[in-house]
Amino acid sequence: MQGYIYPNEFELQWSLLIVLYPYLTGLVAGAFILASLERVFNVKEVQPTYRLSLLTALAFLLVAPLPLLAHLGHPERSYEIFLTPNTNSAMAMFGFVYAWYLAVVLLLEVWFDYRKDMVLWARESRGVRRWIYYVLTLGATDISEKSLRFDDSAGRWITVIGIPSAFLLHGYVGFIFGSIKANPWWSSVLMPVVFLFSAMVSGIALVLVLYMLTTMFRWRKIDMACLDKLAQFLFYALVVDFSLEALDFIHRLYESEESIEILRQLIESRLFISLIVLQVVMGTVIPLIALALVSPGLKKGGFLRTPPELRQIIYLVAAVFIQIGIFSIRWNVVIGGQLFSKSLRGLTVYKVELLGIEGLAMTIGLLLLPFVILWVLVKLLPPWSDGPEPDTPPASG
Amino acid sequence: MPESPDTIERDAERTDSDSVDRREFLRDLLGACSAAAPVLWWGTVSVPAAAAQGATAGYDPTEHRYGMGIDVRKCIGCARCVVACKTENDVPEEPHFFNTWIERYVIRRDHEVDVDSPNGGIDGFPPIAEPATVRRTFFVPKLCNHCDNPPCVQVCPVGATFITKDGVVLVDEGYCIGCRYCVQACPYGARYIHPEKHVAGKCTFCYHRLVDGLVPACVEVCPTGARIFGEVEERATPLARFMQFNDVQVLKGHLNTKPKAYYANLDGEVR
Repeated sequence: MQGYIYPNEFELQWSLLIVLYPYLTGLVAGAFILASLERVFNVKEVQPTYRLSLLTALAFLLVAPLPLLAHLGHPERSYEIFLTPNTNSAMAMFGFVYAWYLAVVLLLEVWFDYRKDMVLWARESRGVRRWIYYVLTLGATDISEKSLRFDDSAGRWITVIGIPSAFLLHGYVGFIFGSIKANPWWSSVLMPVVFLFSAMVSGIALVLVLYMLTTMFRWRKIDMACLDKLAQFLFYALVVDFSLEALDFIHRLYESEESIEILRQLIESRLFISLIVLQVVMGTVIPLIALALVSPGLKKGGFLRTPPELRQIIYLVAAVFIQIGIFSIRWNVVIGGQLFSKSLRGLTVYKVELLGIEGLAMTIGLLLLPFVILWVLVKLLPPWSDGPEPDTPPASG
Repeated sequence: MPESPDTIERDAERTDSDSVDRREFLRDLLGACSAAAPVLWWGTVSVPAAAAQGATAGYDPTEHRYGMGIDVRKCIGCARCVVACKTENDVPEEPHFFNTWIERYVIRRDHEVDVDSPNGGIDGFPPIAEPATVRRTFFVPKLCNHCDNPPCVQVCPVGATFITKDGVVLVDEGYCIGCRYCVQACPYGARYIHPEKHVAGKCTFCYHRLVDGLVPACVEVCPTGARIFGEVEERATPLARFMQFNDVQVLKGHLNTKPKAYYANLDGEVR
């Protein structure tokens, strides 16, 4: 502690779990927006990642509310958010935004996209699997030309609705912080927009990593056109994200309000590693330069001509760096916003617990859980379009 | 003893009327339930508020609008108010939970400002370092400002924190989910999460005393009369006189929270 903080500010209110929440929803929104590139905007190169993106979004969305729930003082009363929401509260909208996104957007889109395959798998499988697929089809087993056309068109329309919904989901999370006028580090109209673009960056980067790893472990050849396109979009999203962050920063410096001195101390002493080193240098500048140099999408062949194998490694490292950078952004917003006193006269500290319900172990567990769910989803609904795997039913989508 | 015809008749009557009563009762109950279900559903938020406001018979919250005046020049930093508040309201004894606390400001000749509030002022304040460099020093009592435009009430996702008809911001402990959003939204650091109840805690203006016609405990015990409690709008109350004869200010007025804690002789350095 340094300087003066109000006595009630000694305890930090939102812990590591609340850092995790915007990180997870950001991945959901980003992965979905990537899926919509193929479906709505006809970017055909990224087709191999379409279904993987959808399943990734679903797996992460299922886990997203868990850190919130674990953090509540009275989780057994959480249903009150649905039953008697305070309509003036941004947080009260959580239940509705979440339910809309899960039920109307993701589940429906996955269902329409997989229906034909599920019908075929139900016919070809035996035993329990047969029944699982049959139940998943909800009894809609008509795979005539006409009904498949309907599936396709329904899926397209759901994606069209899904894009603003994905914006809503993550923009809303940004609004939760951006609308707190008591906190000068949070209170910014740019916050929802910054959250959105950082969501796109993190979602694309995650699917890129997942696509590369899953393809390698299935002993398939990586589709370089797809990977180059992903890297190209990743670069664009990163440029916009960084520009917005920089605008926010310069705006604060230029306005130089009452809070500027304490925010300067905050950045220099408490957030130096997580903001300057991890978020800006490692998570943004290095990946930007790397992608700009090697991406053939920006200049034919790339500014530096690289063999595909080297480019793959550069993309992979850049995407991992970006993930670390995005997690740092969430940390800097959530924890950074609580490290200075609202008296603007002092700084406090946050010590991460190792165990305990809001500790590091729990956070790592919740961070790994979506990958376990994704593994199950992938086993059940193989997203690959490049041929069957030896021990799973043939995929025809 | 054999029953007389009279007794049998009465019994028969009673049984008959009983069964009718039961039928009617069940029918009425069913009707009442179906009629009340939506009311109950919508009314869940407002029920605790109504309960709080009608706690004492004869007390009409619509006749009052409370606020507190604080004369900074009169505060001697004894923190009896802090102790009284903790006792009266079962605020945890530990040092980081306060409904009210005392801050000491030391403003140096070079414009440096030192603020402290060790244990809210309960344990007294240490001697001022380098007294020769002090330009002025004073104590400031702090508490929930019971804002008319309270950000904490706005953000509460379930409506567990609310503003009463008499202008007091309260928390329904049986309803709060402990999400801590209100603590984040309060610009004054006036809220905390109760370590045992896991719900938001804050100053209530000693609402249980108000409905009995008493003033808050902190006002009651202040030896110098630095805290003045009363009606914001009525003319003939101590608070009205305080506001008539002093230039009053509120904390962080630029945030438009419309506080009802009014400070006289407040230094510009106080935040």
